[in-house]
Amino acid sequence: MLRITNGKVYDPKNGVNGVVRDVCLDGGKVVASVPAHARVIDASGMVVFPGGVDVHTHVAGAALNFARGLIPEQHRKARPIYHSPQCRAGLAGSTPTTFATGYVYAGMGWTTANEAAVPILSAKHTHEELRDTPIIDKCTCVLMANNEIILDLLENAEFERAKQVTAWQVWAAKAYGVKAVNPGGVAGWKWGKDCKGLDEVVPGYNKVTPRTIIKALADIVDQLALPHPIHIHCNNLGAPGNFTTTLETMKTLEGNRAHMAHLQYHAYGGDDWFTMSSASVPIAEYFNAHPNLTCDAGAVLFGDTVTITADGPWQHLLYELTGKKWGNLDVENETGCGVVPYVYKEKNLVNAIQWAVGLELLLLITDPWRVSLTTDHPNGACFWRYPEIVRLLMDKDFRKEEIKKLPEKVLPRIVLPELDREYTLYEIAIITSAGPARTLGLPQKGHLGIGADADVAIFNERANAMEMFAYPRFVIKAGTVIIEEGELRNSIEGTQFASKPVYDETIEDYLRPLFQQHYTMSFENYPVAEECVHGLEVHQCGACITPT
Amino acid sequence: MSSAVVKHATCTGCGCACDDIEVHTDGARVTRAVNACTLGETWFRDHPADSGEPAARIDGKPAPLADAIALAAEMLHAADLPLIYDHGYSTCEAQREAVALAETVGGVIDSYTSRCHGPSFVATQLVGKVSCTLGEVKNRADFLLYWGCNPAETHPRHTSRYALHPAGKFTPRGRRDRTMVLVDVEETATAKEADQFFRIREGTDFEALSAMVALVKGQAVDERRVAETGFTVEQLRLLLERMKAARFGVMFFGLGLAATRGGHGNVGAAYRLAMELNAFTKFVALPMRQHGNLVGSDMVLRWTTGYPFGVSLSRGYPRYNPGEFTMADLLARGDIDAALVLGSNAATDFANVPTIEIGPKLTPMQSGAVPRVQIATAATGVSAGGTVCRMDDLPMPLRPTLTSPHPIDEAVLKRILAEVRKKPAWYPMRSEAQIA
Ligand code: SF4
Ligand SMILES: [Zn+2]
Repeated sequence: MLRITNGKVYDPKNGVNGVVRDVCLDGGKVVASVPAHARVIDASGMVVFPGGVDVHTHVAGAALNFARGLIPEQHRKARPIYHSPQCRAGLAGSTPTTFATGYVYAGMGWTTANEAAVPILSAKHTHEELRDTPIIDKCTCVLMANNEIILDLLENAEFERAKQVTAWQVWAAKAYGVKAVNPGGVAGWKWGKDCKGLDEVVPGYNKVTPRTIIKALADIVDQLALPHPIHIHCNNLGAPGNFTTTLETMKTLEGNRAHMAHLQYHAYGGDDWFTMSSASVPIAEYFNAHPNLTCDAGAVLFGDTVTITADGPWQHLLYELTGKKWGNLDVENETGCGVVPYVYKEKNLVNAIQWAVGLELLLLITDPWRVSLTTDHPNGACFWRYPEIVRLLMDKDFRKEEIKKLPEKVLPRIVLPELDREYTLYEIAIITSAGPARTLGLPQKGHLGIGADADVAIFNERANAMEMFAYPRFVIKAGTVIIEEGELRNSIEGTQFASKPVYDETIEDYLRPLFQQHYTMSFENYPVAEECVHGLEVHQCGACITPT
Repeated sequence: MSSAVVKHATCTGCGCACDDIEVHTDGARVTRAVNACTLGETWFRDHPADSGEPAARIDGKPAPLADAIALAAEMLHAADLPLIYDHGYSTCEAQREAVALAETVGGVIDSYTSRCHGPSFVATQLVGKVSCTLGEVKNRADFLLYWGCNPAETHPRHTSRYALHPAGKFTPRGRRDRTMVLVDVEETATAKEADQFFRIREGTDFEALSAMVALVKGQAVDERRVAETGFTVEQLRLLLERMKAARFGVMFFGLGLAATRGGHGNVGAAYRLAMELNAFTKFVALPMRQHGNLVGSDMVLRWTTGYPFGVSLSRGYPRYNPGEFTMADLLARGDIDAALVLGSNAATDFANVPTIEIGPKLTPMQSGAVPRVQIATAATGVSAGGTVCRMDDLPMPLRPTLTSPHPIDEAVLKRILAEVRKKPAWYPMRSEAQIA
């Protein structure tokens, strides 16, 4: 039992904006009151936030572990996590080891994370890693937009069956949501090709296009009543002029709920690398006018990182551009993944534009509930650098100083210098916690109302937001004090959320022979057994919604 | 004892991890392993429910399990630099515990990978790796290049189940839709399956592969240097034309590349070649990983420490250095003063170090180097369940068919760890601030 007293509470979901009031915790939940003998944390001079929620990150699974194997030179520079009474040993850095991931997230007040790219075929491995990722609660999105069973069905206009297969697969992977990465493009990459425009026929097919896939999957996710909308990584990621593809994608999604992942990477104008510019204005304008959409920033910060994405063709291009190491791992019938170490440089024109676009979107999107703070970790920057972005959002003078460091020729191509908006603490609480919790459909997360999970972050109120958010004074997860006076004092296991949509079990009779033909794993060994997911909490979806 | 049949069991006889095995048992041992190759069938039959081993031995004499566990914990705890060495036959679940143990005793952890495909990892760390799961090969590959490997003997179902023969989605005619080339220093059994066999001069793989990379990039090569490999430039050119013309090409390489002189250079050149070919078509390259669950060991080590093998936790956080923190080198320099060896048939390497052996088959008494502590465990995949990883990193569930009187590796390691934790703890630093 715990009473947090005298702190300034920011709880946007319940409309609490910097009010000094008590927050009481008991049994892992927020409660109305606790007895007088409960432990009291005096939060005088501090602000109290609901624990952070990351709507899009890459912290576990085949692709990330592949990346870990590629970059010993970055591990050597990484901050070590020492073996201690509370901590398993590990490394932070650009692809933190599993135990380190839990400690580092919790160490900055984040208590829930969505691993955004899981192939069904290796989902068992992802869950094994998440088991070794302590403290934080986790959910996953399964990769479906290049799944050939689905694509084959859509080619033959068998929507109903595609829906049943999707539902079966979400549960087979013990996933929480559905992710679409470069719809059709990754399937094309299996032949060394790509799909850039929404109406290009997917290589190897006669009819199906990215647009067909996007619309069908969005409908499927809505009809299956999954708690999180379709999670979309648009076609044409990272390419100059790609904002038109992004607009087209958003238009295709009218009438659906949809989450646009790492929007920064999809908001560029220009015709080539030399004429590239920011297109955050048209993207934000469209987005602002369409409340069916949410997004996350996918912001970029300058420095070393490694890019990891299911977008195989993009990674091949990046290899050709950088000449650096290149990792590629195609997954039979389902998806691919590419890994390229990367350095974002302040003096590089393209990188400077990317840096600006991420911030511009965060500042131009008017409703903070619909934009979450992410860096598409580790693609844009590592998640442990979020506090740097918070400062850039809250302090326009600091931002303007940083803009001065960019090459001068960047300035006419971005709008950031003209934006004077400054985020308030209330808005920061929205984009780091309340908003992403709502987007993920986790009603127990992202707030401090009665019945909420007892996940709380307490920060010293300081003028420098980066320093403030990098070092919480207290972090409480499920009612246990994890960080106290800036030290990690406890480590606990987290929960793994999965969704169970309703489906017709006879779909297995359809899938079994397909497996025999196209997979190299037995159908019976494919689904992840429930007992393999540690801390599993199942969200049973409601009955299928059939459109009228 | 009652007979039973288990379907869809996974074989751990080699890196193929075939999971279509129908295992028949009479309760005491496996009587048939339908679909398995001879190698796999032997693996299953070789591991009866009761191996006849005592629960444990100390200094060669049968001892209660609890005593053996206590002594193992004592040895690891007392050692200055203990090594936890995984021979690659355990489950991922056991390997997780092995890492925890290495960390708790401030030791080094390494696996058999350092003695086989370790250089392939170093190559990946230097240049990258373009790869895929085996189903992609089955469904798409119309050109296969096996280099420095002999699957007919080491991975008997590799060609029949995954690569050369099966009818895949875009290779409906199976073998007839594919071309296969073999490069090796001698004409092995695999050559019979190949459309074309090239004999390469021993120790010149790097030169041949580098010349191919140069040719793909349109650079000039020295004809005389190429001739030293046994290839002519013309032969390489023609081979490359076929590779470029493939719809989907794949190269499988074995220890002939990885475990010979300059292994990481050889494999690095192979990976480079595959990468450069992607400017023309789809091309991937995969190592032919060996037995059991070596791949799982690399995977678990990567997610827990960031590195695939050869990891020291002696300073309380992971450090990596092949050639320093690798088993053969630690032994050669006499750096370690205790070892825990996970898996049968490996303890003899540790004759001069006080050793704990954990595995289904214990080093026999008559051998010159009986480990100090020996603990018998259930055989992975036959009487022990869990997860193993295939050569393409895919996790495969095990379906044990027999019941062993011995515990599983994971349980033994957990018990040793629990015993170690009862002793005075070792920490690299006092419990100071450890936050983001
Ligand atoms: S090929 Fe390997 S995994 Fe498959 S049955 Fe033979 S030994 Fe077992
Ligand atoms: Zn992402």
